[in-house]
Amino acid sequence: MSVVELARPVERPRATPKGPRRRVTAWHRWLSPLALLVIWQIASATGLLPERLLAAPATIAATAVELTQAGTLPTAIGVSLQRVLIGFLVGGAAGILLALVAGLSRAGENAVDPIMQALRALPFFGLIPLFILWFGIGEEPKILLVALAVSFPLYLNTFSGIRGVDGKLAEVATTLKLSRGQLIRHIVLPGALPQTLVGLRQALGVAWLALIVAEQVNATTGLGYMINDAREFLRTDVIVVGLLVYSALGLATDAIVRLLERRALAWRRGFLA
Amino acid sequence: MATRLSGVARAFGDRVVLDSLDLELRDGEFTALLGRSGSGKSTLLRALAGLDDEVTGTIDVTGSVAVAFQEPRLVPWKRLLANITLGLDAPAGKAKAALAEVGLAERSDAWPLTLSGGEAQRASLARALVREPELLLLDEPFSALDALTRITIHQLVLELWARHRPAVLLVTHDVDEALLLADRVLVLDEGRIAHDISITAERPRHREDPGLVTLRNTLLAALGVSPEGRS
Ligand SMILES: Nc1ncnc2c1ncn2[C@@H]1O[C@H](COP(=O)(O)OP(=O)(O)OP(=O)(O)O)[C@@H](O)[C@H]1O
Ligand SMILES: [Mg+2]
Repeated sequence: MSVVELARPVERPRATPKGPRRRVTAWHRWLSPLALLVIWQIASATGLLPERLLAAPATIAATAVELTQAGTLPTAIGVSLQRVLIGFLVGGAAGILLALVAGLSRAGENAVDPIMQALRALPFFGLIPLFILWFGIGEEPKILLVALAVSFPLYLNTFSGIRGVDGKLAEVATTLKLSRGQLIRHIVLPGALPQTLVGLRQALGVAWLALIVAEQVNATTGLGYMINDAREFLRTDVIVVGLLVYSALGLATDAIVRLLERRALAWRRGFLA
Repeated sequence: MATRLSGVARAFGDRVVLDSLDLELRDGEFTALLGRSGSGKSTLLRALAGLDDEVTGTIDVTGSVAVAFQEPRLVPWKRLLANITLGLDAPAGKAKAALAEVGLAERSDAWPLTLSGGEAQRASLARALVREPELLLLDEPFSALDALTRITIHQLVLELWARHRPAVLLVTHDVDEALLLADRVLVLDEGRIAHDISITAERPRHREDPGLVTLRNTLLAALGVSPEGRS
């Protein structure tokens, strides 16, 4: 061959794909939870497990139906959902906005990041007494607690997502003569999105947690109130129904984010799937 | 309107990569840049593209510049067509035509991460070509192509060059590629242009052309390689 090529480093153009996710369709995964449920039911029926400690599964199911029909449960869910939703929107908007300010300029970073890092160290559940002093026991302290809890994971992840955008793509933007606005829109924000979505999932998890804590402390409506009220009357069945609803709501919101992820990150599917 | 560099220097720490380098790229001229790996070819290209703030000396580039980088650098979250049109006001038809020219018409909806190495490289080339720049900087844009595609793309680049007449600076490791395509071949060594050779042979050229064979030996010697083995 007459072609002479000098030595050149070999490049890997693509990342190695992750292994395929294991399929978990096996029905026998349901066996042990079912068995536990049966044992629980038997223990309750034989009096081994007194109702004032934990109600029987059948009783819990009946109570759930009853509470739904009476309208107590839907109303409580509505109130709690509204708190989470408003808190989430307020906190999410604040977190992302601050991340943009800090991520897109050095001056912004110097102004915002030290404060956020300092606030992050605060145990925010410890703020409840202050919040009650400041805002009373209405809706505001609950919504604000959720908002505060949500804003940090979104801020931290979006900020590091923006800073983690590949510098080589920024160079491409320069050679393509993109304006600063175009750079942000086409390169920086989409590049930060995967990390922001990680933050979104963390934020949702802590949003529910913050709500539960806020509603335990002082509430006259909502799921937390329902649970607290039930404690006074030793209604363990109602308490368990409330807990189950909390976890169902948590799972549902997580599923929504996952759906969002699948749509927004379709460009990665090619090699992740 | 030519591109002029004088006294251009760049060091990374103690390592001097470009050392008071002088160079003029004339309008419409097709120049190939050869040099060993690590000799500073990409560094020189980045300086010309205005991507290096720390380079010293005068770099005088007039007119528009387009770059195809050594790695394709497609924007992974934009489909292929959107990558080509990014930052461009031109209608999508032109971008589609550019994709067709590099043989990627069917992949215009593909996500970049699903492209093969060669496909991504051709896409990156299309993205630079569609801008019809006055200075076209190509950093080994053919390195991941198979021999057959390479011949096709060589033709394509020559056609586009003949049509729009940009000044081209093509970095390559392949002496034959330089001889087939360029008007002028530069060898970068020790931070300077060590050799500057004009090629006047008519196009299309053939490897066996006696004039080119002589030039090849000259260039290989300049690169420190003899055709039969290392010198
Ligand atoms: N950002 C950097 N920091 C430190 N050293 C660098 C940097 N960029 C390049 N270099 C060094 O400068 C030298 C020239 O690099 P350059 O990429 O220009 O080489 P090249 O001629 O393009 O090589 P190749 O043919 O392998 O692409 C190399 O030794 C490289 O290690
Ligand atoms: Mg290089």
